[in-house]
Amino acid sequence: MAEQTILDTKELEINMGPQHPSTHGVLRVKLKLDGERVLDAECIIGYLHRGIEKISENRSYINLVPYFDRTDYIAAVSNVYGYLLGVEKMMGIEVPDRARYVRIMMTEFNRIASHLLWLATHAIDIGAMTVFLYCFREREEILKLFEALFGARLTTHAFRVGGLWMDLPLGFEEAAQKFVDEFPGHVDEYEQLLTNNRIWIERTKDIGVISGEEAIEWGISGPPLRGSGVDYDLRKVRPYGGYEEFEFDVPLGVNGDTYDRYLIRLKEMRQSLRIIQQVLDNLPDGPVRGKAPKILKPPVGEFYSSIEGPRGELGYYIVSDGSAQPFRVRIRPPTFVNLQALRRLVKGHLVADVVAIIGTLDIVLGEIDR
Amino acid sequence: MLEILLIYAIIPLIKITAIVLFLSGAIAYLTLLERKVIAHIQVRLGPMRVGWHGLLQPIADGLKFILKEDIVPSRSDALLFTLAPIFTMIPAFVVFAVVPFGPPDMLEGPLRSVLTLVLEPAAVESVVTSAIASGGFVTDINIGVLFILSLSSVGILGIILGGWASNSKYPLLGALRSTAQMISYEVALGFSIIGVLLVAGSLSLVEIVQNQEESQLWYIFVQPVAFVLFFICAMAETNRLPFDLPEAETELVGGFHTEYSGFRFSLFFLAEYANMITVSAVGVTLFWGGWLRPFPNVEWLSFLDFIPSVLWFLIKVFVFLYIFIWVRGTIPRYRFDQLMHYGWKVFLPLALANVLVSAGVLLVFM
Repeated sequence: MAEQTILDTKELEINMGPQHPSTHGVLRVKLKLDGERVLDAECIIGYLHRGIEKISENRSYINLVPYFDRTDYIAAVSNVYGYLLGVEKMMGIEVPDRARYVRIMMTEFNRIASHLLWLATHAIDIGAMTVFLYCFREREEILKLFEALFGARLTTHAFRVGGLWMDLPLGFEEAAQKFVDEFPGHVDEYEQLLTNNRIWIERTKDIGVISGEEAIEWGISGPPLRGSGVDYDLRKVRPYGGYEEFEFDVPLGVNGDTYDRYLIRLKEMRQSLRIIQQVLDNLPDGPVRGKAPKILKPPVGEFYSSIEGPRGELGYYIVSDGSAQPFRVRIRPPTFVNLQALRRLVKGHLVADVVAIIGTLDIVLGEIDR
Repeated sequence: MLEILLIYAIIPLIKITAIVLFLSGAIAYLTLLERKVIAHIQVRLGPMRVGWHGLLQPIADGLKFILKEDIVPSRSDALLFTLAPIFTMIPAFVVFAVVPFGPPDMLEGPLRSVLTLVLEPAAVESVVTSAIASGGFVTDINIGVLFILSLSSVGILGIILGGWASNSKYPLLGALRSTAQMISYEVALGFSIIGVLLVAGSLSLVEIVQNQEESQLWYIFVQPVAFVLFFICAMAETNRLPFDLPEAETELVGGFHTEYSGFRFSLFFLAEYANMITVSAVGVTLFWGGWLRPFPNVEWLSFLDFIPSVLWFLIKVFVFLYIFIWVRGTIPRYRFDQLMHYGWKVFLPLALANVLVSAGVLLVFM
């Protein structure tokens, strides 16, 4: 072994998290640094593990619904939606048109709310603090809509087996329309602050680049995959719940860097608005809850249902043994899979970029640890 | 004897006390101003509970800091750990020794009316004609600008020491960044000031302002490039967004002051604001004509003289500070290699070119 001298440099090992303002919860990243350059990064997760998959083996299908609010608490509505779609398919339950439309509207609202929270935290990680509060201002309006329909703001317990808990409350459509009318102006506001901002571009362009093929190999889904130019959106590829009845585009990126992922999420918000507008224009009348038995006993078998959540492909693999409780529910959380790529993405970048890359993956630890 | 004592001891001491007290208050309320301005930029209200519209908030904050437990981490270097905040705080105050608030005869009138009560007319005359006694500044030294530059470097030394003495990883990275930042920016800052010095022909801040009065133009119009460079470097110097890398709370969790708490932290915190005021005051003196009203010597604007020179100075400093806060509310943070890139590859060549061009123009046309 060579003799050590005073001029030798040592690698610095540093723990980012679990208590760190920019790891979006309780993610712990063990960074190996040479100066500020990242040589290696290791993700350590599990600080928020609540055993939801295990719990699901001891609850009835209906009792389970609110648990999935709490996996990805930022996108509680779509989480429940994904699970319910699976259960309804297994049971062969018909969902009335009105309920289907409202569900799509609410999941799209949820997508906007989730993207807003992502933009807010991503921006503040990079130092733009004003965007943070602007986003929360608009998110508040969506949460008000949630509260009006679901009775809760964050853990909404949004939908019920067979449809909705109740019909839209009085004035809901007007409030939703008002939001749809005003929101594009607000997105312009964020874009004004960030999209052409020199500093923002320099901080996000060519940071965390991943090619389309590589993204597929890592199993990445959602905006990070589309940021690399892969046209894969479950709402288009494998339409569920009636998405084929709506017109919308799937924004794609070119370079697969942080900036492209940022642009895509902004565009997705605008596309979500388009869908909501179509729902509001064509909302059918009728009941909002189909016929569903009080106790669900799906036939023996396995079923996988997946939706395009705000963060990517959210899947529920439900195994039924014919009883009122699932034998096993395995969740495919999009960010758990996306997070794997963190090590690959941050290598060679600087500490400041690690923060930007964690932000761009849009992780939610509640979903990763479950 | 008494008049000498008055000129060199009593009156300067009174001025120093006044400035230190005023500055302390200004720093405290600058924190409130920042919170309020940022809040309104971000569609919030900011502090509203303590006093009318949060006016007593700085006092409450100060009390809280003083009452907190004084923690020195067991693995830190206790002596340096204690000294570091003081190192950052003191220079910001000392710089005001050479910053002129008003013209050299600012206090002549009031001094005369007070002193005639106690002294003979000849002695009164000798006191009021001395600039040290009656000037709107503590002292006017002929190397004022150099004095400021050297002191501002000491201030950053405190940050480096603080990060180093904490013996912890995040502060260490903060200190490293601070070092990189200091080296990258002090050079460009110095060169941007040289442009002004060439035009003014003096290192004394008082004379620089007087020259701006003579030439009827603030130096921002004579040296616009230098001003822009100075302003950007000033932001880097004071660790403000977009250059707040040594702190970078979302990356380094507070950077150099991660391990600091209570009163020591408050010293660091206040030093940042003190530095903002200092840099603004220097900037105003060098580029915005110090205590002068806009367009000095333009006759038909002379009605503006009804505002005393000190007030003009303070108004300009306020505007400068407001821009600092405004910038913080608007733009994201640079990465530290990008900052160095700009420091060395953009600002330094620009500043050098500015010096060359200014010198050439002066040589040919003057």
